[in-house]
Amino acid sequence: MRRIVIWFASTLTVVVLLFGYHTSTNSPGTPAAASAPAATAPTSGSSSAAPSSSPTPSASSIGSTSDATRTTTGPVVQTRWGPVQVELTTQGRKLTDVQVVQYPNGNSKDAEINDYALPVLVKDTLAAQSANIDMVSGATVTSTGYLQSLQAALDDAGL
Amino acid sequence: MSGTPAGTAAPDRVHRFVEHVMGLPISLALRGRHADSAEGRRAWSDVMAELAEVDRVFSTYRPDSFVSRLGRDEVCLEDGPPEVAEVLTLGARAERESGGSFAVRRLGPEGRTVLDPSGVVKGWAVERASRRLDALEATDYCLGAGGDLQCRTLDAATAPWRIGIEDPYEPSRLVAQVPVRTGAVATSGTAHRGAHLVDARTGRPPAGVASVTVIGRSLTWADLDATAAYARGRDAARWLGTRPGRSGLVVWADGTTTLVGPSA
Repeated sequence: MRRIVIWFASTLTVVVLLFGYHTSTNSPGTPAAASAPAATAPTSGSSSAAPSSSPTPSASSIGSTSDATRTTTGPVVQTRWGPVQVELTTQGRKLTDVQVVQYPNGNSKDAEINDYALPVLVKDTLAAQSANIDMVSGATVTSTGYLQSLQAALDDAGL
Repeated sequence: MSGTPAGTAAPDRVHRFVEHVMGLPISLALRGRHADSAEGRRAWSDVMAELAEVDRVFSTYRPDSFVSRLGRDEVCLEDGPPEVAEVLTLGARAERESGGSFAVRRLGPEGRTVLDPSGVVKGWAVERASRRLDALEATDYCLGAGGDLQCRTLDAATAPWRIGIEDPYEPSRLVAQVPVRTGAVATSGTAHRGAHLVDARTGRPPAGVASVTVIGRSLTWADLDATAAYARGRDAARWLGTRPGRSGLVVWADGTTTLVGPSA
C-alpha cells in the first residue's frame, strides 16, 4: 500500500533531496522544486513507519565500498505538501532501493498533480546498470545508431 | 540481488521484441499473461503494421508520402486521411502553447517554409499504436521508439517499469532513472543525430541545453513538450515547470542538471 502512495504522492521533492547534494541544480531556470534541498531540516533518525530490516548506520552510504546492505534514513524535510522523509538502501556501492518513510498527507488533488515521479539522478558509482533498467529514453536513436545504444543491449539481453 | 522491495510482487519475466520502422528501432517489453503468447505476438504485429502505415503517410523522407505531397501543395488536406489533420492540429496547439519555439511549418535551411510534422508524429504514433496493446488482458507493456516510450502497468502492486535516461554526452551511460507505472517518457536532444532540432522562432539550434526529458501521461504531449522545451534553450526548465502534470529532467550544455516537478 505504501508503495502506491510513493509514486502517487509527492516523490518529487524527495528525490531531489537525496540526489540534489551530488548534482548542480544551480543552472539557469532552476525551478522551485529543484531548490528544495535548501529547505532541509536537520531532523534525522529512524521513523516509526520505517520497516527497517537492516542495520541502520547513518551518514552517506553511496561512497561505501563494502558489499554490505546498508539502510540510511534521511532527514525530515519540509516541502510545500508537508514533511517528507526517505530511506535509502545500498548494497556496496549500488543503490538498491528508495523508500519514502514519511510523506505528506496531502489532499487527493495534490496526489493527482504529482502523478509522476521525478527522475533519480545516477552518479558514477551507479551508472550503466542497464541490468536494472527496462527501457531507455534518450535523444532520438535512429536505426543506424541503435546497435551502439543501451537499448540494444537491453533488447539483446532479453531475447 | 533483487531490487524488489518487500511487499511488492516480484515482477513477471519480461519478454522483448525489436523491429525497425520509420528509420527507428521499435522496442517492446511485455510482462504478464500475454508476454509470450500468440495473442501478444499478434498485438506486436499490429503495432508494427500501424507504425508502418503512419510512416507511409507522414514520412518527410518519402517524396511520395501524403505529407511530402502536401508540403509541395500537390494535394489538399481534405484529400488525405483524417489523421493528417489531427496531427497538424496537435502541432498548431503545441506551437501556441510553446510560444512558437515548436512549429510544424518553419523556415528551412534555404529560407523557404517547410512542412515538417515529424516533431508531432513520433510521439503521437507510438502512443496511438500502444492502444493495440491495451486489449491484452493481465499484461503490462512498455513500448519504445527511438528513445521515447509509453508504458502501462495494470496492478498497482507490481513494480513500476524502470526507465533509464541516457547521458546526452555519453549515450552508453545513464544520467538518471525514473520509475513509471502508466505513462510516457520522451527525451529531446542532439546526442545521436547532431544538431537537427531548431528553435522555430529563430531557425537556429538552441543554446545552453543538451537534452530535455519529460514524463507525463501521454507520449504525444511528453514528446511535444520535450521538443518545445529543448528548443527554448536556457529557458527549458522554467518553461517545462509551467506545464501541467509533467515532471522532467534538463541536462544543460555544461553537464549540470535540473529536475523539474509538476506544476501545481
